Amino acid sequence: MHEMGIAEQLVQIALDAIPKDIKNPKVDIIHLKIGKLASVVEHSLTFCFEIITKDTALENARLEIDFVPVRVHCKSCDHSWEVTGPVFQCPFCKDGDVEMISGREIEIISLELEETP
Amino acid sequence: MEIKIQKKVLEANETEAEKNRKFFKKENVFVLNMMSSPGSGKTETLCKTLTRLMPGIRAGVIVGDICTTNDADRLVKTGARVIQINTDQFGGDCHLSAPLVMDSARKIGCEDIDLLIVENIGNLVCPAEFDIGEDSRAVVLSVTEGEDKPLKYPLMFRVADVAILNKIDLLPYLDVDRNLAVDNMKKVHPHLPVFEMSAKTEEGYEPWLDWLKIKVFEKTGKGL
Repeated sequence: MHEMGIAEQLVQIALDAIPKDIKNPKVDIIHLKIGKLASVVEHSLTFCFEIITKDTALENARLEIDFVPVRVHCKSCDHSWEVTGPVFQCPFCKDGDVEMISGREIEIISLELEETP
Repeated sequence: MEIKIQKKVLEANETEAEKNRKFFKKENVFVLNMMSSPGSGKTETLCKTLTRLMPGIRAGVIVGDICTTNDADRLVKTGARVIQINTDQFGGDCHLSAPLVMDSARKIGCEDIDLLIVENIGNLVCPAEFDIGEDSRAVVLSVTEGEDKPLKYPLMFRVADVAILNKIDLLPYLDVDRNLAVDNMKKVHPHLPVFEMSAKTEEGYEPWLDWLKIKVFEKTGKGL
């Protein structure tokens, strides 16, 4: 539901990153890293992105998303593991103080600009 | 040509949230971000909480809703300073962002309050993603929503520092397993403090009020 807000921030960062000395820049691909626990729906993000990039250097750019697995660490027994369901209990000590290692990222990694002839 | 960026997409909000946090520290006010789905009883919980805490703890409330001032109208009767944010002026957002909270915090005036409660927009997804510079996050789940909601919306229960299981006065009329609801919260967040209570009858209110009073005292030195 908040994908529009995320798309707006993403577009702002991407446009700011394009060097000013490039004439008529055209972005082909935007590489993103999104954690599986971040509340981002790929289809909604792409949809919002397409709407707000009309007539900009990002029009028709593709969003390439690298989905990051949810990994956690138990501070009580030092065990680390990948969480594949909504259960964050340590499988070893069954309790433990669990901290997130990855899985909540929403990051823009890089842009690929169309080569100008 | 590839251009490296490596930046958090929500960095702008996070930067503002950090500014809020510094502002709230300077003003010596404890800030609680209260989140839940619509209809879980956040406003009623707050009305009863504020009535019981004030005037020992001086409180302000920022209420977020897409439309109407209904919640603010109810909360103002407690004597707390209340300000309503309607996000329809901002595109009907599903969450409160850090800059919106700061605008309201300045309007409400934080210099003579000890506790600022931000009643976020009713939504179990989006508000979990947006830091507003709060000290603690509370999630309210009512028994009428079903025991499995923590498993369906894990991020909200992961980011929460405290949870309220509300409307326990309705349990005799429902096929809901109260213990399973609590177990599911603990599966997502093993050390989450959970208070089982009823905003309507005020059953189970004391432990929640004690938790909040201690948090306010730990930050501000006031209220105990």
